[in-house]
Amino acid sequence: MSEQQPERDVMEYDVVVVGAGPAGLAAAMRLKQKNAELNVCVLEKASEVGAHNLAGAVIETGPLDTLLPDWRDNPPSICIDAVADEFWMLDKERARKLPTPPQQNNHGNVIISIANFMSWLAPQAEALGVEIYPGFSAADPVYDETGAVKGVRTPDMGLDRAGQRKDSFTPGIEIHAPVTIFAEGCRGNCTKQLIKRFELNKDCDPQTYGIGLKELWKVPAGRVKPGLIQHTIGWPLDNATYGGSFIYHLDHDRIAIGFVVGLDYADPRFQPFEAFQQLKHHPKIKPLLEGGEIVSAGARALVEGGWQSLPRVEMPGAVIVGDGAGTLNVPKIKGIHTAMQSGMLAAEHVIATGKADGFDARLRSSDVAKELRKVRNIRPGFNKGKWAGLANAVWETAVAGASPWTLHNHADWRATQRLDQVAGPPPDQAQDYRPRDLPPRDRLASVYFAQTEHDEDQPVHLQILEPDICTSRCTAEYGNPCTRFCPANVYEMVENASGEAELKINAANCVHCKTCDIKDPYQIINWVTPEGGAGPNYYNL
Amino acid sequence: MSPNPLNVLVIADHLNNTLNASTARAVTCAQDLEAEAVDVLVLAADGAALAGEAARIEGVSRALHADHEANTHPVAAILAPQIAAAVKAGGYSHVLGPNTTFGKDLMPRVAALLDVAMVTDIMAVHGPHEFDRPIYAGNAVVTLKASADQVVVGSVRCASYAEAAAGGEAPIEALDLDVSLPTHTRFIDLEQHTSDRPDLQTASTVVSGGRGVGSQENFKVIYDFADAIGAGVGASRAAVDAGYVPNDMQVGQTGKIISPDLYICFGISGAIQHLAGIKDAGTIVAINKDADAPIFEVADIGLVGDLFEIIRDLEQKLA
Amino acid sequence: MKVLVSIKRAIDYNVRIQIKPDGSGVVTDGVKHSINPFDEIALEQAIRWKESGDAEEVVAVTIGPEAAKEQLRSALAFGCDRAIHVVTDAPVQPLTAARLFKAIAEAEAPQIFLMGKQAIDDDANQTGQMTAALLDWAQATFASAVTLGNGSARVTREIDAGLETLEVDLPAVITVDLRLNEPRYLKLPDIMKAKKKTIDVRTLEELNVTPAPALEAVRTAPPPARQAGTMVESTDELVAKLKEKGLL
Repeated sequence: MSEQQPERDVMEYDVVVVGAGPAGLAAAMRLKQKNAELNVCVLEKASEVGAHNLAGAVIETGPLDTLLPDWRDNPPSICIDAVADEFWMLDKERARKLPTPPQQNNHGNVIISIANFMSWLAPQAEALGVEIYPGFSAADPVYDETGAVKGVRTPDMGLDRAGQRKDSFTPGIEIHAPVTIFAEGCRGNCTKQLIKRFELNKDCDPQTYGIGLKELWKVPAGRVKPGLIQHTIGWPLDNATYGGSFIYHLDHDRIAIGFVVGLDYADPRFQPFEAFQQLKHHPKIKPLLEGGEIVSAGARALVEGGWQSLPRVEMPGAVIVGDGAGTLNVPKIKGIHTAMQSGMLAAEHVIATGKADGFDARLRSSDVAKELRKVRNIRPGFNKGKWAGLANAVWETAVAGASPWTLHNHADWRATQRLDQVAGPPPDQAQDYRPRDLPPRDRLASVYFAQTEHDEDQPVHLQILEPDICTSRCTAEYGNPCTRFCPANVYEMVENASGEAELKINAANCVHCKTCDIKDPYQIINWVTPEGGAGPNYYNL
Repeated sequence: MSPNPLNVLVIADHLNNTLNASTARAVTCAQDLEAEAVDVLVLAADGAALAGEAARIEGVSRALHADHEANTHPVAAILAPQIAAAVKAGGYSHVLGPNTTFGKDLMPRVAALLDVAMVTDIMAVHGPHEFDRPIYAGNAVVTLKASADQVVVGSVRCASYAEAAAGGEAPIEALDLDVSLPTHTRFIDLEQHTSDRPDLQTASTVVSGGRGVGSQENFKVIYDFADAIGAGVGASRAAVDAGYVPNDMQVGQTGKIISPDLYICFGISGAIQHLAGIKDAGTIVAINKDADAPIFEVADIGLVGDLFEIIRDLEQKLA
Repeated sequence: MKVLVSIKRAIDYNVRIQIKPDGSGVVTDGVKHSINPFDEIALEQAIRWKESGDAEEVVAVTIGPEAAKEQLRSALAFGCDRAIHVVTDAPVQPLTAARLFKAIAEAEAPQIFLMGKQAIDDDANQTGQMTAALLDWAQATFASAVTLGNGSARVTREIDAGLETLEVDLPAVITVDLRLNEPRYLKLPDIMKAKKKTIDVRTLEELNVTPAPALEAVRTAPPPARQAGTMVESTDELVAKLKEKGLL
């Protein structure tokens, strides 16, 4: 860009928290509860708190009970006591009920919508004196002269597609604080930079991920059993691919249905979105939805690496909490309670010490770490397929994680096979996909239900670091899997005016799930923050 | 039922000594009220000829004209007190104007002078005091009930009503309204659209193209056809993204939401985002080579085939 | 010059609205609300006048529930000097809003009362005109350009026929259209500062305003779904159909 770096305003706080999700808000609230004098600022890239949060979600309420002991007097508007758990193994035609894995016993838990939960929690945080700024993301960390993190920079607003300043150009500002808490969720863009710069992952396995897709449905009266929690594994995934679905019965004839697949799937022709749509057409599931209407839809990557992929969570001037660090408990399919716990722990650490140093040890000696360590071998046990994974899970559960070994994780993108390595028909033929008629018709229609919005006249926030690779190597080697793993139809191969193939990026469709940044086989897609407030607008997801 | 007889006064929209077609549409709506009388009022410097035109609209009981030098140009602040006086003098139960920019500007001022609520953008009449109107950019329809003992002021959604036929022979009467008129608002000038191509957002007919048009050069056939039939031009996001046309031509969720009487789209598949921009259109005509395109699920008239051949054909037949 | 700008808290333009199953309205709980976009354009215009020295003071006013303070805070972050909140939980229809704005305008005595041309929730397009009528002020709606004169303003209006220019004596109500300007981005430090400003709270009783006769909302329903129509085989058939419908 031709312009010089603009003069930036600087604001000073005692603590700045990046991200108003469960980890970030829990951290901010705990800070104010322990010391009301602290000036605490929370930045949130969504236009409203909760609008970018997507989860199942059945939660353990322990951390919430600690944070807000009286929360049940004024619960979030979606909060349904877990009544029963069911676990189903699907093949194309049938569903067999299996015993529910003990980690998935939800007695005492509640079903919530994380988007709704966060927008319920935010005013309570503000009542404690937390300053929350939705619509402002952290574009980059900023560093002091010693190299320590001294805060973050918000993105410049009012740049056109070519990066030139428009009349409305407004430079971002820097927010400085002695301690910055990064609570960006899975694959946070600042966290990604920090892990690299401070080599936070040099002593752990690579992080691994899944993609979760979710829809909220309103169905005809009489079908929903509020509090029923159903999980499935099997069809439409093959035995080698990790994943399954969740079906949570809410109140008012609403059903939350979702599908998670490990991003270590091998076949570049696989389409997570299509697999989810297939799942909905299974004879066990379709009768639940048929005749109903889709209310909202979204997608988000999630961390699956657990204990062995947990990076060092501190660096000079900053700590990382929640899914940004990777505190999700995969066998439980829960990460909200651990995210909140890690955030509260960070707050207590900052109150006690006034700095970031020592937080890594504190987290690793906490209940969060114990919980993750206990189940550490279950998810990687599935690297050898569904049956080996289930057998290993039974063993690991029986010995409560006391196996003397720790199975390793591998980067998901490395698991993608080249087209010449994949044998057999593509997944839709191999798994005998059904004709489908439930909405949404396609990914573009699904994006409509995510209510995603980006000003078209801004720099594309999905940077392709080496564009030549897309049309030269990737087309031949992997068949441009970005056009398939993206749940929002952001990537399209089109013919340009001179008849050549070209990658077209529909950045405005992006739902900020981060799958492309994770799964691209050449690691040349870099997700950066668009203008603040852009992205999906999830309600009740 | 109203204790008073139902009498409707329709305010005529006119320019360059010609009645705007929206006037006859408002008369159609007025007829749905099953009123005893539907009078049309022309406010102009010399409105006799215009009133003569209004008298020929079928269903009109009387064509009235209130002539005044100050009525040379339609300034709401000047017209409103005259209309309020006419309503009171004539004992009208309803005053309707078209929901054109003329009516939008004027009718609320009339309602406030009469100290009554107003119904904007009437799209259906359920009875003399119950109306449907669109809210949230047409994403919802609210049914409103107006008080039966007050004058109803409303504006009529043009796309919802056809023009009343010609063929009436109503008497023409001059109205003498003794009202003091404000001087705080003065007409300076009107720069009429110079181009023959109407604005996308207000055009009664819109022709639009999608990715199926194929290139910026090919889009010329869309412009040419639009000009031949006097239509505005729009495009789908795919066509905008592909660089065929500028951003401000985009119709849809993130572009313009339009409600022309006739929408003809060429090579648009009909993504839900595009449909969000045209759900209020009167008649949708879709031309696409893909018979399975979702646009055909909402189009009133569909034609499968090569858009370039079809557009050439249509141009010959319509121009 | 003093400028009054009215703003309305409305469901954000980006939200896909949902109609309550019982037809009693649209779902507003837990849904993102923002300043009505047309009102943002009005705010931008007022702040530009302030920056150019044409306006000494810009006052924002809203009518609505407690939650509308959020939008007034945004107006203060835009650069308004003061904010007035007429607090009411009851739905406010345009004529009542106009009565309240008349009371506020009489107390504040602005030269220009700027408003958005309509709010994107009820799409009524009435309040500006009604306020002007009750005040017996000049009105210029759908403004795409405003030039200030001496005690008057020239307003270019976007109307169906083209661009009309009116001259209005001040004080006047001007309602703004989309093309007047592009509102600025709010700056974080300005939002932070706006949190600390006080908002002047009023009630209908204090303003001595009684609600005006209102329309009763009987029910709210989704628009009739479009159905697939007929497929034709040829352009001749198409032209015939269009003629039949009176569209050609």
